[in-house]
Amino acid sequence: MLQVRIHGRGGQGAVTAAELLSVAAFLEGKHAQAFPSFGPERSGAPVVAFCRIDSKPIRLHEPVVEADAVVVQDATLLHCVDVFQGLLPDGFVLLNSGKSLEGLGLAQIVSLLSPGHARVLDASAVARRCLGKPLPNVALLGAVAALTAAVGIDAVVEAIGARFRGTAREGNVAAARAAYDLVAGAASC
Amino acid sequence: MLKQIEGSRAIAEAVALCRPEVICAYPITPQTHIVEDLSEIVKAGDLGRCAFINVESEFAAMSVAIGASATGARAYTATSSQGLLYMTEALYSAAGLGLPIVMTLGTRAIGAPINIWNDHSDAMALRDAGWVQLFAESNQEAADLHVIAFRLAEELSVPVMVCVDGFVLTHAFERVDIPAQADVDAFLPPFEPREVLDPAAPITIGALVGPEAFAEVKVLAHHKLLRSLDCIPALAAAFAARFGRAAGGLVRPYRTEGAETIVVALGSVNGTIQEVVDAMRADGHAIGSLDVCTFRPFPFAAVRRALMRASRVVVLEKNLSVGMGGVLATDVREALGVDAPAVYTVVAGLGGRAITRASVRAAVEKAQAGTLEALHFLDLDRRVVARELAHEVAR
Repeated sequence: MLQVRIHGRGGQGAVTAAELLSVAAFLEGKHAQAFPSFGPERSGAPVVAFCRIDSKPIRLHEPVVEADAVVVQDATLLHCVDVFQGLLPDGFVLLNSGKSLEGLGLAQIVSLLSPGHARVLDASAVARRCLGKPLPNVALLGAVAALTAAVGIDAVVEAIGARFRGTAREGNVAAARAAYDLVAGAASC
Repeated sequence: MLKQIEGSRAIAEAVALCRPEVICAYPITPQTHIVEDLSEIVKAGDLGRCAFINVESEFAAMSVAIGASATGARAYTATSSQGLLYMTEALYSAAGLGLPIVMTLGTRAIGAPINIWNDHSDAMALRDAGWVQLFAESNQEAADLHVIAFRLAEELSVPVMVCVDGFVLTHAFERVDIPAQADVDAFLPPFEPREVLDPAAPITIGALVGPEAFAEVKVLAHHKLLRSLDCIPALAAAFAARFGRAAGGLVRPYRTEGAETIVVALGSVNGTIQEVVDAMRADGHAIGSLDVCTFRPFPFAAVRRALMRASRVVVLEKNLSVGMGGVLATDVREALGVDAPAVYTVVAGLGGRAITRASVRAAVEKAQAGTLEALHFLDLDRRVVARELAHEVAR
């Protein structure tokens, strides 16, 4: 079972991202479960969403305690939330930032992970370019596909297509593909 | 058809497949998505002449459902928490009048202090109202139980509450097999009310009943509700035969063969408990679990049969009857009678506190060692409680 935890701020689409990831896994014939860390929705407040992917039905209903991958949609969360809690030693980290891992002060944490398992991507910039809005969630899904191979980029694109309409669909598909290419193109960080 | 959808959406689609004729609801978290989705389905014209009635409160929602059902319409509503309490008076009326209303309860804590998260306090508060109460273990079962609920309600002329864990299930995206309309139509025939309110042929229902007959009316209602203990297993078998998967039933044992310890629970936490059972079985422990799907009427005989050979029973429940303890454990003790295995009450998940495998296993291991209190609170911050109790004494 693969367990993903997505940290974001209210309005950045963390819950939507977890749901889309689960739909992508479903489209590949896998079992998946996505759920928010339930709470009142407040714009800008720290939020967490979870996604589990498995080859067999998922019965578990606890929050993701041990994460195979952590996605951080907003680097300012590094100062107020322990986003790395329970991250497994061979786990993955994906951060939305224009800075480097070292610039974010994460050199020590990165050194504990397998080489190439930590990655920063300016997903907000990708989204601004492709979608016209700095919404990093869908771009980061493309990056998750490239970094973790949890799901394929085609399934991510199909999930986006089922969720959005019109220009939002086109922009989000472009953002996911662009982020995928950026991460897949660089073998290591 | 397999879909990866939110639990609320799966419930809404299942309810729509049951062809309700009147849907009335007042929104309350975490039930809201269910009725929002249903309102869209009705507005799209997919339910023909079904009326979606917006009301000003939960009391009105249940009152409209009562009126609709009494005039022969298949009626549905949904609520949670304080919303359920607000419709309490009408809930007793629906049951007393024998109206086959189906309601989803997105289970949630009851304030004060205000809390929107999941536990079973709301369902427990209305356990004596005369409604059948079914608890869903998964979103698949949440969808399927609604199909069963309408048929059960209409066969017996009793109202049925399908209890679905708020947020944990209602807001989780999971794989759900949405039944085909033809299969639902074959399983659930059109509603044929026993009697209807009709100005052309007037009758009276719900008339005043004095001391000379009130007890008899209540005892008859008791017997009618108990009849569902025979209907529910038959409907579960009929459902499995048509849809090819299990749903409903009275209780579902999991790996209880030869089990010395059996964990009993309602609803979605059974999935987490089954993971603990598998892990502990792999380590050589004789442990199993029992999912109580039908909570009202309480299936005393089925619970006794499932538990009587165990050495100890751990009832893990998401409610606290303040001043008493656990409601489910009390019923389980009643089912087991004297010379029974030891029964432990573990109150867990109040107000949405996460119930983890690690905490469940730790409590079970304490029970095995004989060191678990008879009433244990899972993951309680004992320091805070002790400090506040000390302050109280000092005053």
